[in-house]
Amino acid sequence: MSKPSQMRPLLEAARTTGNWQPLVDAVPYARWLGLLLEPKDGELVCHMRFQDMLVGNYTIPALHGGALGGLLESAAAFQLLFEHESIVLPKIINVTVDYLRSARAVDTFATGIITKQGRRVTSVRAVAWQEDRNKPVATANAHFLVDDGS
Amino acid sequence: MLCPAREVPVDTKTDRPFDKERVLPLLDQGFRQMVPHNAALGLRAIDCDPGVCVLILPWAEHLVGNPDSGVLHGGPITTLLDACGGASVFLKLSKPVPIATLDLRIDYLKMASPRRDVIARCECYKLGRNVAFVRGVAYHDTPDDPIASCAATFMLSTKGKPVVSRGGK
Repeated sequence: MSKPSQMRPLLEAARTTGNWQPLVDAVPYARWLGLLLEPKDGELVCHMRFQDMLVGNYTIPALHGGALGGLLESAAAFQLLFEHESIVLPKIINVTVDYLRSARAVDTFATGIITKQGRRVTSVRAVAWQEDRNKPVATANAHFLVDDGS
Repeated sequence: MLCPAREVPVDTKTDRPFDKERVLPLLDQGFRQMVPHNAALGLRAIDCDPGVCVLILPWAEHLVGNPDSGVLHGGPITTLLDACGGASVFLKLSKPVPIATLDLRIDYLKMASPRRDVIARCECYKLGRNVAFVRGVAYHDTPDDPIASCAATFMLSTKGKPVVSRGGK
């Protein structure tokens, strides 16, 4: 991961300009999910626009838990990059997702909050919601290895 | 995730022998037709037993999480394990009911190799009245050398119309 990086210049540009979208678009899975990154008031809001292919249960319809997990993990990782000076992408150790209520076929948002920043490991809590931020649809706790190794 | 119930004949509470030849194609078809996100990722069911499901996630460029290393994002692995866990619950149920993931923990044990398919094997090892318990692994070659392991719980008989059309007998 320390070979010529296409992410590093994008990360540096995002930090200087405050425009994080080019970095998001450089992550193929984040682009595929259609994530939009909107920095406001010291936090990054990760916006997953609704698409038919995100549906996990078409009878309700509800979003797939895996797509929500991907959104939460992305929100956690981007928050880390947003707050840290690290120039390597954080490596995920584990993640626990709690599904609180069924996520309907509408746009979903997520943010991450760093709960503990250690020398090697950082813990991030992420929350996803839809229309009402006070009614989260899912939360996650993730641990990332942030040791640059350099 | 929330899964619709489907026409998977299972044998855990009956004396009927488990007919893999019949169940596997139904499972493979059903969980993609009924779950658009599984289809979008190209998930396929490749093996099953009572309470056990094996799915494959074909490698694809657009699922990469780190373009510098070419390694898959955690998101598709999460979807794979969630789908596989849910399917293992169905394969344990004697009567299909709608289920919903309550929680899912994934430990990333080692980096997935770039440009390789990932296989998941999940087992529903306890079916309660309200909750099903699942554990599983994701791997390239063998479950003994996992990329990720997971533990999940699923609520049984949740809201939603069960999509049941009991074909055959």
